[in-house]
Amino acid sequence: MSSHGIKDRVAIVGMGCTRFAEHWDKSADDLIVDAVTETLDSAGVGRDAIDAYWLGTLTSGYSGMMLSSALKLDYKPVTRVENFCASGSEAFRNACYAVASGAYDVVMAVGVEKLKDSGYSGLTRANPPDDGTSLSLSAPARFSLLVPAYAEKYGVPREEIKRAMTRVAYKNHFNGARNSRAQFQQEVSEEKIAGAATVAGDLGVFDCSGVSDGAAAAIIVRAEDAHRYTDHPLYVKALAFAAGPGTGTYDPAYDYTTFEEVVRSARDAYEQAEVSSPADDLMMAEVHDCFTPTELVLMEDLGFSARGRAVADTMSDKYALDGELPVNPDGGLKSFGHPIGASGLRMLYECWLQLRDQAPPERQIKPRGRRYGLTHNLGGGPGECVSFVAIVGADQG
Amino acid sequence: MSDPVGILAYAGYVPYRRLRRSAIAAVLGGAAGRGTRAVASYDEDTTTMAAEAARAALRARPSDVGSVVFCSSFPPYADRTNATALHAVLGLPEHVRAEDQCGSVRSAVGALIGALHRPGGALVAIADTRTGPAGSADESGGGDGAAAFVVGRGDVLAEVLGTGAATSEFLDRWRAPGEPWAQTWEERFGEEIYAGLAERATDRALQAAGLEAAHVDHWAVTGLSPRAARRFTQGLGLAEGVLVDDLSDRMGFAGAAHPGLLLAAMLDDARPGDTLAVTVLADGADTLLLRATDAIARARRPEPIAAQLAAGDASLSYASFLTWKGELQRPAPRRPSPDRAVAPAAFRGTGWKYGFVGSTCEKCGTRHLPPQRVCLSCHSVDTMREEQMADEQARIATYTIDHLAYSPAPPTIGVVLDIDGGGRFSCELTDCDPETVHVGQRVRFTFRRVSDAGGIHNYFWKARPIVEGTAP
Repeated sequence: MSSHGIKDRVAIVGMGCTRFAEHWDKSADDLIVDAVTETLDSAGVGRDAIDAYWLGTLTSGYSGMMLSSALKLDYKPVTRVENFCASGSEAFRNACYAVASGAYDVVMAVGVEKLKDSGYSGLTRANPPDDGTSLSLSAPARFSLLVPAYAEKYGVPREEIKRAMTRVAYKNHFNGARNSRAQFQQEVSEEKIAGAATVAGDLGVFDCSGVSDGAAAAIIVRAEDAHRYTDHPLYVKALAFAAGPGTGTYDPAYDYTTFEEVVRSARDAYEQAEVSSPADDLMMAEVHDCFTPTELVLMEDLGFSARGRAVADTMSDKYALDGELPVNPDGGLKSFGHPIGASGLRMLYECWLQLRDQAPPERQIKPRGRRYGLTHNLGGGPGECVSFVAIVGADQG
Repeated sequence: MSDPVGILAYAGYVPYRRLRRSAIAAVLGGAAGRGTRAVASYDEDTTTMAAEAARAALRARPSDVGSVVFCSSFPPYADRTNATALHAVLGLPEHVRAEDQCGSVRSAVGALIGALHRPGGALVAIADTRTGPAGSADESGGGDGAAAFVVGRGDVLAEVLGTGAATSEFLDRWRAPGEPWAQTWEERFGEEIYAGLAERATDRALQAAGLEAAHVDHWAVTGLSPRAARRFTQGLGLAEGVLVDDLSDRMGFAGAAHPGLLLAAMLDDARPGDTLAVTVLADGADTLLLRATDAIARARRPEPIAAQLAAGDASLSYASFLTWKGELQRPAPRRPSPDRAVAPAAFRGTGWKYGFVGSTCEKCGTRHLPPQRVCLSCHSVDTMREEQMADEQARIATYTIDHLAYSPAPPTIGVVLDIDGGGRFSCELTDCDPETVHVGQRVRFTFRRVSDAGGIHNYFWKARPIVEGTAP
């Protein structure tokens, strides 16, 4: 098929992540310095050990100089990548390939975003000049299109979907309340979530991810070198990326109940990692819960729930912290916050903690399956998105 | 003998929104006026309303016209021609001239009469939006609407029998360029002058047609001064039932467009052989005499003026009305303002942006909105033919009510549509109550003003619900 995987050829040996928050007192440069410093410390290396860098950011800066000037790097190669909300994941993917190719021994992937300085409460970005004919809906509105379509296709009443959306938000706030780096660290009752002011469609304020500032980073080396840096590296099992044709908004065959890009990237990742039954083989998953119905649909697209079953599985707490397959144990985009370029690496950071038994006891997941963690990250909207799926594992083989 | 000269096709357009006159009094106090006035929606202006009327008129007679004329006392643009947008919406060929005859209310009557003898026939589209200071007679008595006529020589549905004019320079109503509202002299002054002018204009028209006033079966009288129009009408001594309703109770006086709307309403009801008269009092007077032909029976519009008047929504609040008219400043949402549509991209996509022309793959038949070069289904490159989608109908596949998107009238309703003849399109839904939107709902397309930025009006297509019992 599409890719030759690099299973077990590279490993993560150090990670860092700032708290995701409204950092009025920090610039994007500050966030980069904080995340990179923590990452270097966790691997026990100085910055001279890093041969090359990949930087993911959507709107917070341009070119490799955003990183090199913040860190005062001495003429190292820095590649800035952008792929919507999967920008951090894309930085990680390309950094891994650079090591796997043999081009570099030690590289770093950094993701950063500074959203709160825009003056707006939602995500904003400059659009290329155009003819003014594209439909200008807010991000929650675009994702809320999933709900009536899903209800129509599977005959699930809208109220039931809303209850499951509320459960997703409740779960992710519950998990975030056990995470000192999350933007929101308080549990929120289902009653409060369900009763919140409507933002778009069936989405209330609590059905939306947090808009925040933050940065995260990872150091990647060849697998055989990993134990020079840590006793507990994470091995990269799969890296898959799919950019959709962007036809969903004008293709009548698209039914707004799935992300084909996710289905394709997940299939590729499972092949690379030799995962045949994701719901059984994985220990945990960090998925792109930008809005609560997104997480519901992702459970099906990633193969965790059968088609039409995500609502029921969510209501039976299959994806809760102590459920069959914990999803977003760190609180997800929902409560951890979503500084675009940083999110993909933040998801890996949770795998870094959980698979190495270093999450705080109140949210540490018990080992199950193959001690594999999946991260999923998408950018765009229903019918026109990019999707990234990574699988990392605590052990080789 | 050559073909008669007259009207070849027509249509009127009354916007969906109405303001109850009592809603004004509820806020400002004073006597609660009767009835409603028609209100151009937040996404409508004289160009979009003229486009709706012109589309309907051309649907009745889908053939070439020699020129397109746009008339309004409130054109969206000064300096540049507004009629070019209509030309593009209608997908007319390049050789068709497009021009404006904007400014005074009287210019529309002049344009209509002047167009009768244009080579190749002409489409005259007239639209107006009227208002005045809060609580004024102009505000409550004004109305918004449009009418369009294809006129010229041929198989006319109404033949022009004669016209008569009377002109006089006197100060009755005036508005400096850029001013939002007109001012008027004491109405009794104009009343006196108008009465005589209208009588003499009418005498000239009757003489030209070889008729007497008693021969007229349906007579419409309208003008800038309701008092003067009433006085002239009383002097005519018309038989019971000849004077037609001037629609002021139901939609208000739509300025330059109003004579056109009244004429359209008369044509909706006229029988073959009926004699029609329209008298307009505006900086003088004009009377136009016509006779309906046998062709009138096959020219009936599926959406007569009466049906449009009956279908409106009168729940509009006075606060929303003032906001839409730019008289009430409301806080902007915490979102970036819309970007301006850029000229080169709009020019490259004129067919799409104005004409709603998509592309259909010659290989596999897949429709694309917007038009694509590479087929989404079979991936063939450059195998497309253009296809006009504006008159298609569609059903809602899914939708959202967006309370965050930038809009002068939140919430924004976003819909994903499956078009009856194939194809998918995502757009805004307008002219409806958000509470009533549902999957499976039937809609059709309407040309609207999507946003404004940098003085550039961003026009594009939206959907509106199909009202039961009507068709485009």
